[in-house]
Amino acid sequence: MENQDNKILDFEKPVYEMQNRIEQLKREGSVNAGELGRLMEKLNELEGQVYKDLSAWERVQLARHPLRPTILDYIDAICDEFEELHGDRLFGDDPAVIAGIGRIDKLRLMIYGHAKGRNTQERIRHNFGMAKPEGFRKILRVMRMAEKFRLPVLSFIDTPGAYPGVGAEERGQPEAIAENLKQAFNIKTPILVIVIGEGGSGGALALAVGDRTFMMEHAIYSVISPEGCAAILWKSREKAPEAAASLRLTAADCLEFGVIDGILREVHGAAHRDPQGNAAMIKEKILDEVEALGRINPDSMLRQREEKFLAMGIFEED
Amino acid sequence: MNWLKRAKQGIKTWRKKEVPDGLWEKCPSCGEILYHKELIRLTSVCPKCDFHFRINPSAYIDILTDQSTFVETDGGIRSADPLQFRDSKKYTERIRISRRKTGRNSAILTGTAKLNAHPVSLAIMDFSFMGGSMGSAVGEKIIRAARQAISGRMPLVIISASGGARMQESILSLMQMAKTSAAIAAVSRASLPYISILTNPTTGGVAASFAFQGDIIIAEPKALIGFTGPRVIRETVGEELPAGFQRSEFLLEHGMIDMITSRRELKKTLGFILDSLMCGVSTRVEENYQENDRKTISLIW
Repeated sequence: MENQDNKILDFEKPVYEMQNRIEQLKREGSVNAGELGRLMEKLNELEGQVYKDLSAWERVQLARHPLRPTILDYIDAICDEFEELHGDRLFGDDPAVIAGIGRIDKLRLMIYGHAKGRNTQERIRHNFGMAKPEGFRKILRVMRMAEKFRLPVLSFIDTPGAYPGVGAEERGQPEAIAENLKQAFNIKTPILVIVIGEGGSGGALALAVGDRTFMMEHAIYSVISPEGCAAILWKSREKAPEAAASLRLTAADCLEFGVIDGILREVHGAAHRDPQGNAAMIKEKILDEVEALGRINPDSMLRQREEKFLAMGIFEED
Repeated sequence: MNWLKRAKQGIKTWRKKEVPDGLWEKCPSCGEILYHKELIRLTSVCPKCDFHFRINPSAYIDILTDQSTFVETDGGIRSADPLQFRDSKKYTERIRISRRKTGRNSAILTGTAKLNAHPVSLAIMDFSFMGGSMGSAVGEKIIRAARQAISGRMPLVIISASGGARMQESILSLMQMAKTSAAIAAVSRASLPYISILTNPTTGGVAASFAFQGDIIIAEPKALIGFTGPRVIRETVGEELPAGFQRSEFLLEHGMIDMITSRRELKKTLGFILDSLMCGVSTRVEENYQENDRKTISLIW
C-alpha cells in the first residue's frame, strides 16, 4: 500500500486526524463501546461538515483524489461476475478504457468506462484514463454488441480528456469521438451514465450519451480542464481555481443547466471515505434505473434520448 | 525621441486575416502582390502558390451558390450568457465585440440556397466570430439547418472553421457536440447526404462532432484539422511534431478525409457529388419514411 499521508487534501485533514485518534484509542483499548459509538458519530458529523459547501476547486481536487474509487473498484464491488472484452478489431486495445460483460444479481449488462488506475503503476498502464481512437472504437464495438443482444449499458465516466498525442491524431481522434456521438443516437438499448470522477471534455462525452446521466456529488463535468481554461483565458495555469469557479463544473451546476438527471450523494462525505458504502449506494441506483429504462419501448427510448440532447443549450432569439 | 518606439501604448498591430478592401493584397505565403478584385474573382486563392485566404461566410455564398438564391434562416439566434462567465473580459463583452466586427449574431450563418440548381440547406461557420467557437447558439443553428434539410428533403452542407467548443459556456458547449450529433444522425437516417467541408482551422469539439460525421468530407488545402491543437500536443509529447502534421494533406494520407479540393473547384466538385447522391433521392427518401413509420423510429421532425 502506498503512503496515504501525501494523498490527503489540506481541507480534509481534520477528518483523518480524528479518524487516526479514534483508531489509536481502539488499539490501546482505552475506550468502551459507548464512547466509541459517540466518537464515530462525531466523526460522521465532521465528515458532513468538511465535505459540505466546498468551492469548485476543492471539488476538482476531490474528483481527482488519488484515493477516489475508480471504475475498477466499482466493478469489483458491484458485479457478481465480470468478464473484460478487449480490442477494437482495427488497431489495438486501449487500456485507458475498459469494457466487458457484467452480472449484478440477476441483471446482465455491458459495462464500460474510463479506467484511471488505482496506483502509480496502474495509472501509467491505463494512461490516466486518456483514451485514444482505438479506445473509443472499442467502446463503439461493445455498444453495438449491447444493442444486438439487448443488454443494457452502464457507462462510468472518469477522464481528464482524450489523449493529446501524435499517434492518436494520426489514427483519427476527432473521427473516433464524432462517430461514437453519432452512433449513440442509434443504439437501441438503455444506456445509463454515471460520472464518478472527472468528466473531461470530448473524451468524456464520447462515452456519455445515454438515457439517464447521474453525477456523483463531488464529480465534475466540463468542456475543458480548469488548468487548460486558465492557460488560455487567464494566460496562467495558476489561475485554475478561478477558472474552476467560472466553468460551473460541479454536479449542482450541471443539474441546474439540465445536463444531468440527478446527483448521487456520496456516503460518509466523499466516495473515498467509504468506497464499499458508496458502491452499495450506486448498485441500488443502477438496479432501479435499469429496471425503469427497461420498461420503456425501445423506439420511444431512442426518441426521448434524441429529444433530450436536442433541447440542451441556452440561447436568445430575436 | 525614439522613433521606433510607440509613443502611445495600447496601439495594437492587426494581423490581417481576411482580404481587406484595399486595392492590393500581398500573399502571406509566397509574397506575390495581387490585385484585390482579381483575388476575389479567384475565390481568394493565390494564383501563384494556391494559398487559401481566410474568407467570411458571405464570400462562400458568393462562391458556392447560384446567384441570389441564398435565403438566411434563424439569423436572430444569439448567444446568451448562462454562466455569467468572466475572465479578463466579460463574455457578454466578447460577444458584443464579435457581433460588431462581423455584423452577425453568432459564429455561423445558416440558410437555404441553390447549388448547381440543387436546393441545399447550408451552414457556414465564421472564424472571425470568437474563433468560430461552438456554444449554444451555433449548436441550435446546426440542428435547425439539419431539420431544414430533412423537412425540405435537401442535402446538408456545412463549412466548418472553428477552434472548437466555446469555453465561456462550458458544459453547455460540450453538450452541443452531442446535440449536433443527434441532428446529423437524423439526417443520415433520412438518407439525405451530408457534405462536410473543413477549412482552416477545424479542431476541438467541432472536429470531434458534426465536422467528422459527413458522408463525404472535403478539406481545403493545408487546413489545420485535428482534435487537440498542435501546441498542446507538442507540450505533452515534448518533441517536435512530424512535418505537415494535422494538415489536410496529412489527413488525406491517413485516410481521414475523402478529398482535398481547391476552393476554386469547390462548387464544381459539390455539384457533381450532389448530382450523384441526390439522384433517386425522392424514391429513397419515400421508402425511408415508410420504413421509419413502420418501425416508428425517431424522426422527430
